[in-house]
Formats: sequence, structure tokens, C-alpha cells
Amino acid sequence: MTTSAPAAAPPHAKPAPKRGIRRAHRGEGRLAAFLLSPTLLVLALVIGYPLVSALRESLYQRGEGLDANGFVISGEHFVGLRNYIDAFTGANGSRFWNAFGNTTFFTITTVALETVIGLAMALIMHHALRGRAFLRASILVPWAVPTAVSGLLWRWIFDANGIANNLLGQQILWSADGWPAKWAVVIADTWKTAPFIGLLTLAGLQLIPAELHEAARVDGANAWTQFRKITLPLIKPALLVAVLFRLLDVLRMFDLPYLLVGNQKYSVQTLSVLAFNEANNLHYGPASAYATLLFLYVVIVAYAFVKILGADLLAGARTRTPARRRRSATRPLAGKGTPA
Amino acid sequence: MSRTRTTWRTSRTAGLAALAVTSALILAGCSSSDTKDETSTSGGGTDRGPITFAVGKDTSGALQKQVDAWNAAHPSEKVTLNELPAAADAQLQQLQQNAQVKSTAFSVLGLDVTWTSEFAAHRWIDPIPASTSTSSLLPAAVESAKYRGTLYSVPWQTNGGLLFYRSDLLTAAGIKTPPTTWHEMQADCAKIKAQPQAKKASCYAGQFDKYEGLVVNFSEAVQSSGGHVFDTNGKPTVDTPQAKTALTWMADAFKDGTIPHEDLTYQEENGRQAFQSGKVIFMRNWPYVWDLANKTDGSSKVTGKFNVAPLPGLDSTGSSTLGGYNLAVSSFTKHKTTAHDFITYLTSDRSERANLLAASTAPTRTALYQDPALQKKFPYLAGLKKSLDTAVARPQAVRYGDVSAAIQDAVYPVLSGRTDPATALASLQDKLTQITSQP
Amino acid sequence: MTTHATDRPSRRASANHSGAAAVLRYFGVAVIVVYCLAPFFWMVVSAFRRPSDQFQLSALPRPWSTANFRAVFKPDVGFGRALLNSLVVAGIATIVTLVIGTVAAYALARLEFRFKNLVAAVIIAISMFPPISIVVPLLKLFTDIKWINTYQAMIVPSLSFALPLAVWYLTSFFRQLPAELEQAAMIDGCTRGQAFRKVILPLAAPGVFTTAIITFIAAWNDFIIALSMVNKKDMQTATVAISRFTGAYGFDQPYGTQMAAGVVVTVPLVLAVLAFQRRIVSGLTAGGLK
Repeated sequence: MTTSAPAAAPPHAKPAPKRGIRRAHRGEGRLAAFLLSPTLLVLALVIGYPLVSALRESLYQRGEGLDANGFVISGEHFVGLRNYIDAFTGANGSRFWNAFGNTTFFTITTVALETVIGLAMALIMHHALRGRAFLRASILVPWAVPTAVSGLLWRWIFDANGIANNLLGQQILWSADGWPAKWAVVIADTWKTAPFIGLLTLAGLQLIPAELHEAARVDGANAWTQFRKITLPLIKPALLVAVLFRLLDVLRMFDLPYLLVGNQKYSVQTLSVLAFNEANNLHYGPASAYATLLFLYVVIVAYAFVKILGADLLAGARTRTPARRRRSATRPLAGKGTPA
Repeated sequence: MSRTRTTWRTSRTAGLAALAVTSALILAGCSSSDTKDETSTSGGGTDRGPITFAVGKDTSGALQKQVDAWNAAHPSEKVTLNELPAAADAQLQQLQQNAQVKSTAFSVLGLDVTWTSEFAAHRWIDPIPASTSTSSLLPAAVESAKYRGTLYSVPWQTNGGLLFYRSDLLTAAGIKTPPTTWHEMQADCAKIKAQPQAKKASCYAGQFDKYEGLVVNFSEAVQSSGGHVFDTNGKPTVDTPQAKTALTWMADAFKDGTIPHEDLTYQEENGRQAFQSGKVIFMRNWPYVWDLANKTDGSSKVTGKFNVAPLPGLDSTGSSTLGGYNLAVSSFTKHKTTAHDFITYLTSDRSERANLLAASTAPTRTALYQDPALQKKFPYLAGLKKSLDTAVARPQAVRYGDVSAAIQDAVYPVLSGRTDPATALASLQDKLTQITSQP
Repeated sequence: MTTHATDRPSRRASANHSGAAAVLRYFGVAVIVVYCLAPFFWMVVSAFRRPSDQFQLSALPRPWSTANFRAVFKPDVGFGRALLNSLVVAGIATIVTLVIGTVAAYALARLEFRFKNLVAAVIIAISMFPPISIVVPLLKLFTDIKWINTYQAMIVPSLSFALPLAVWYLTSFFRQLPAELEQAAMIDGCTRGQAFRKVILPLAAPGVFTTAIITFIAAWNDFIIALSMVNKKDMQTATVAISRFTGAYGFDQPYGTQMAAGVVVTVPLVLAVLAFQRRIVSGLTAGGLK
């Protein structure tokens, strides 16, 4: 696919105005194809085939009827979009919308909390003078504990007679079907993955030369101004990538609701859990339909996120961006020519 | 926009490949069911060689020892133990996945009692040769190993629910025998809770979290009030007075505090924790609690202060739901004769005795329950046998996962006071009818 | 609540170095450490209880016991071998991800070619499909090509999960670095590759290193793929081995043992990252930034 991609003329591609540049680009295109091909190859092998087979599966139904002797009728039949229509309406409709709502709720709450906490972690790690190694180690711990183990850990912490209720002096039934279960998942997920955002942002912070802050300080900028005018713009690309990938992950959240609360509890059932349950009960068609709908949902959210927040985010993927143009203004060839 | 377009475009070639692969699989499916018929008719052939055994739990290492002994005696038919995860859900998932891709990785399968129908109906397991005798096995366990009257697996380990009760508190309150009915139990609780040392204790605990255990406890309540979740023809019968009585009792017990509110999150281990710390007087649980609650290392507050009895019922002693594991032979494996021989070996008197001794696993061979030496070592054995004699297997539904989910969806809201029993059972009846009736 | 308490002091601290600011800064550090380590502390404490004491709620085990750790390393569990397998899988996945991810990121960040945003979009779109839904098709595929019970059956899926993040993150990182640096190096006679290796890579070290950590841990923690693609005991990874822990009786959950195993897989990882980070970051950035 990599080799064919540059060859086909894209409908939206705009011609490069200068011939010399185009020639230079053709060479770069070849190099780019070479450099990108291993990545695309791996992705095509592992995800390409399963993706296509899931899409196909979602248009079929199989294993539903029994013959006279009680055996499941083998083979499958094409049902068109019925699995999708069933997902939105009918008996499964309420389950789908419930899972959709939960997925959305978890995404909004956990990503918001994780971004704020992760950013705070990064700033504190960056500014900490003593005990920085210890701090870094502590932040790594939640992320490093395998999800299977941390799900179990939180399950016992949130047990009716567990340490959480003991410390709170309350009798909250965290793992019963209801709002406490949602919060239990949010708390456990935030604990585990705020460090992810923290670590990725910290690396971005480390790129900022200390002189910048020094200069700003000399100019009399206060801490908040420095943060807003210097720190935030410079860590924005790293932070946005971190948040974007958290979004993608949370939208597909599976382990925590499953392990911590249970897969039959509607208050925490996410789209992934729903798809998993359907597959486990051998309803492959509906399971694939749910997975595909979830995929589309993720695509839409990611697209919106990039469009709304991420002018800089796709900087690497854009042909040219204002930021790039500004920075490489001294370069003789770049900066002109290709449209933004 | 353009992004999705490429995804599709790049996928199209892969799509052709996928189609090719899938059609190949369908073909393979047909041919494999043909070969299956051959082997099942030629049952006692010489299809021998190395096999594997996929099972979830080798809790004590006893199983590995038995496998080693088999391997020493059968050097050309060696068995490899393939341990599956401990969680039943994960085991089922692994077995289903391997069956779907017709993998030859697993030969002998350890199936939970509720899975036999699904595996048999999908032709994922072979029938057990008619030469296998089941007369010395527990009848209820044999029932769980059949699909539509044909034996598809051999009962290997079994399990029944018991009523654990605080004998010390009963004696202190002047109660001589454990309760046999729910009302007796509640009356006993009132007497016991009048005493200062048990004022804060709850009366009864079971497994009422929203998971498979809820199905078990609900079925037991229905059976114990004279009803059945499914009749002998496999038709659901939950919209009946008996089922309503059972569910109403459960809901009322939550409402009036007979069962503590937090039992809505209890699985087996939570109940054991509550019982061991002296928080409940009566508890429904499996026999495994016996050893753990009797530990003398200070972890249990009720060591030597409890005993077991059959589950209570509405008018007389109740009935338990059957747990346990059955052994089956995968349709896709090679060396099926060896596989069947190995099942016979594992379900022999000797192997089951070794399992009981090493891991307190309840045997499926009735004779072992009468063994005086074993009875001495496992004082609950007689009580367990009584429970197993009246035990009922869970419904043999091909779509058992759907059946279980439907029951959980219907019962759980009733227990937490969000629906009333009559409405819940009426819609459960419809749902179960829809799941079990075949198009 | 944590956030307000923590990020304010740090900002203030950078502005003035008064005693109050320092106190606030240490307070921020303390809050973060407690936040991250309190649940982990509970995990360690649970691991050091006797298996029969697993319901205890005391702040420290009473009595202490290493029985859970001994259970983890019981010979028939094969946990040592499982750790080694995890190390192989996660290690190779990390190295390969870094190599092919870095070059892909470089191409996206520095080269001009058509379809660039499309390629970037496809790469990230790939990581939008729910992983639980690719297990069965992947199992079919790997069964057909005889990859069951091999390392590559675990490594390649791990790669595909880690690559989108690595490519996108590193691209954003490379874009942050001024192109003039490379151009200067190329004017000095370096080839494009040399300029990248000697100038850009050292500067991007924090990003590369962070990507490595994230990738390694993600691969190390993978469960569902490792569980499905391998059914031989001597090929199982640590997370799969943990899922196979059982109590002595079946229904009893070996909670303490699982926590002990969690400690065993987490602590060396964190220590290794700390040790490596000093060396790698200091080695790469020597003479670079600051």
C-alpha cells in the first residue's frame, strides 16, 4: 500500500507550484515510503485482516438456529445491516445506548481528570529539586502495575468490607450496579493512567530551554504568565498527543469495568464490554457490529479532537503549518511553495 | 473523510484475502464434521498418541501428579497439561476461541457443568462412547453431562451448596437442630440476635452479586419452594407461584435485613469473609469454606464453632444447584481413543479419591461418600451427599450465556428493590422462552 | 482537588524562591507521591499477609509472611520462566517499535511527500479498533501461519498497539526541534542520516526514552493476546501466569498471591527504568541541551 499510495492521484492534493520543489519532493516521497513501510506493514498484518474480517462478520449472522437433532446449523447468512439496525433499536437498543452513554461518561470524566492530574505531575516533577528520582519512580508505579492486577487490587479496596469503606466510615456498595460503581472505575482508571499523561508531558517540558524562563523572569513575567505564554504552548504538542491517545484508550475501555465491577452490571458496561459479552455468547454478528460502531465513534471523536484542538497536533502530518513556517523562515526553499 | 477512504481502499485487497480464508474455513468446517461422524462410529479404534488436557484448575498439583503417573504408564500416549486461567469466564473464552478456529491444541476439555450443551450443539465435542458406564456416578451430575439424552462428557468433579451455620450461637440460644425451612431460620435468627454476643450479626448470606452465582442462588430458591427454572422438557417455568414465592422471599429478606444489604456485592469469597469474621449466622456456600473457616492460625474467628446442614427450603429441606466440571473430547483433536481412555482414568475411583484428599474436590463417584475413612477426614461429606442427592443441574441450554444473563437481569433489580417479583418473572419467562425456543 | 493543591506551588516556586513556595512545592511532591503510592502500598501490604489473612484491614500485616511470594515462585508455576518470556517479548517489541517508529516519525516530521496527513491518519486510525475484537481473527490468522506458541505471535501484536503512539508522539517531538540544527550539520558535511542520528536523536532523547518506557510497559502488561496466542506453559508471559494462580480449593481467590506477583512484576520494572534513565538520558544529552 505504501508504494501505491504516492502513485495514485489524490482528489484533494494540490499541485506544488514550483517544479524544482516537486522534484525534490519526489525524492523525499520515495525515502518517506521506505521509512514508513515497516510501520504500515506491521499494522496491516495485525490490524488490517482482523478489521476487515470483523467488518464482514458484522453483516452476517451464524450459529443461531438449531436443526432437528439439536445441532447448531452451520454456515452463515448475509443479513445486510440488520445487526446495526438491531443495535440501535429493538431489544438491544437500550443496551447499546446505555453502553454508549457509559463509554462517553468515562471518556469525559477520566480524560479530564487525568489531563489535569497528569499535567500537575509533570510540572511538579520538572520543578522538583530533591527526590526527583523517587518522585519519578512513584509516578511510574501505577502505570507499571499490570491492569489485571490493579483491577483486582481496586476490587478489594472497594469491597463492601474493604479498606475504602473502612477509611471513609461508610457502607458504600461500590461494586453493586449503580453510581458508586461508575466512580470506582473512574478513580481506578485515573490512578492508573494519569502517570501516562504525566510522563509524556514531562518529556515535552524537558525540551524547553531553561533560558526561556530565565528571560521571561527577567522581563518580569509572573509564574502564571510564564506558564501560559511559554510552558503551555511548548508542551502543547506532546500533551495533545498524550490526551489523544488516552481518548482512544478510554473509549475502548474494557478491563477495569470487567474486573472491578463485573461484566453484567449495566452501570459500567462499556461498548467494549458489550461487544465482548456478545462474542462470548457466540453472537458474532452483533458483536462485530458493536465493535465497528465503537470504531466509528472513536474515529469521529479523534477527528473532532484533532480538528478543534489540534491545529498543531497534526503538524507533522500537514504539508506545512504556520508554526513550521515561522520556525524555518531562514530556510531558503521551505516556507514558500506548498500551501498551508 | 479522506482518512477513512484510504482505510477502506487499503482494506479492499485484504478483504479478498479474508474472504478466501473464510471460505476455506467453511469448507474445513464441513469436512471436519464428516470426519467427526467417522470417528464416533468407529469409537474404539486405534487412534492413539500424545494428547493435551485443557483445564482451569490444578489447585494442589494433584492433577499434575496424576498426569505424570499416566505418562509413566503410557509413554507413547503422553498427556500435556494445558492450564487455563483460573476465572471461569476466561476458560470459556479460551475454549470457544480454539473451537472456533478448529484448533487441534486442546484434546481433552475440562468443561463447567453449564457448558456441555453449547459445546455439543456446536459439534465442538464428540459423544462419549456408549461403553462408558455412568451407573456409579451421581445422577444429577450425569444429567449435566448430557445433551438431548446423549452423553457428551463425563462428570469429573462436582459441587453442591451447603448451609453453614454457627453451631455455638444456636446452642447458646437453646436451638438443638439447624433449621430446615426459611421461616425456621428467620425465627432462629431472632432468638440468636436477642443474645448480646450476636446482636450485630446478620442472619443469612448467599451469593447475590450480579454474576453466575446469582443464577445458582436463585435456582436454589425456586427449587427449594417446589418449583423449577426449567421443566424436564427444557421449557422455562419461572412465571409460576413457586418461583414467585421464592423471589418474594429473597426480596423480603433483603428488605427486612435478614440478608444484609451489602450481600448485593457478595460472591463466594465475600460471604466467606463475612462468615469467618462472625458477621453472619447462616451462610449458603460451597464445601471449600470448611477448611478455611476452620483454620487455627487466627485468621478465622469461627474455628470449630460452625457446622453444615442441607439448604433450607419453603416447607422442608431445600435443594441445591449443582456445580463442578465434566470432561469431554474435542472434535478437532487427533488421538481420540487416547483422549477417551484418559477421561476414564481421571474419573476412576482412585483419581477422584486422590483429588478429594489433595484439594477437597467433591467426587462424582457415589461410593466415595460412603467411605468411612474419607468421612472421618471430611466431616461435611455426609451432609454434602445429602445436598447432592437432591441437587438439580442448571438448564442444559445451548445459549446458556444468554439464559444466565437474562436471569441475572431479572433477579438483581428485584433484590435491590427496583422491581417487584411478579413483573420481573413475567418478563423473564418471555425472555427465556425466546432464548430457548428454536427458529 | 489534588491538582489545585499541586500545580499552583510549582508555578509559584519557579517565580520566587521564598520559603513558603518551597514548602508548597514539597507539599505538592508529597501529595503526588501519596496519590501514586497509597494503593500500591496496600498492594504490598496485602502481599505480605498470610494467605489466610487476606481479608485483614490492618495498616501493616499481622503477622508478616512471605508465603505469598513463595507461592509465586513455586516451581510448578514457572513464574521465573514467565518473567523471562515477558522480558523477551516486551524487550523486542520495544526495540523494534523504537527503530521503525523513529524512522516513520522522522519521515512524517521532516520529509515532504503526498498523502502525509493520510498516512498519519491511517496509522492512528488503526489504534481505534477495540483490541478485544481482533483476538479471534488474529488467532485464525496465526493458526493458519503456524505462529501459535511463538514469541512473534505476541511481539507483532504488541508492536501494532505501540506503534501508533510511538509514531505520533515522536513526530510531535521531532517537529518541536528546529530544523536549522540538522541543516547546519548537513552543511558541515553530514548526510541526512548522520544529521538525524547525531543531532536530532540526542535532543529528542527524553521523548524517545519516554516512548520506550510506555511501549515496554504496555507490552509487558499485555494479557489477552498473550493468553490467546500461546497455550504452552513454557511460553506463557507473567501476566498470563498470574491469571492461572488459583487458591487451594478453587473458589478461594489467591488474592495475596496475585498481589505478590504484581509487586514482583512492578518493582524491578520501576527500578530498571530509574537505573536506565540516568544513564541513557545523561549519556545522550551530554553536551546537548542546557
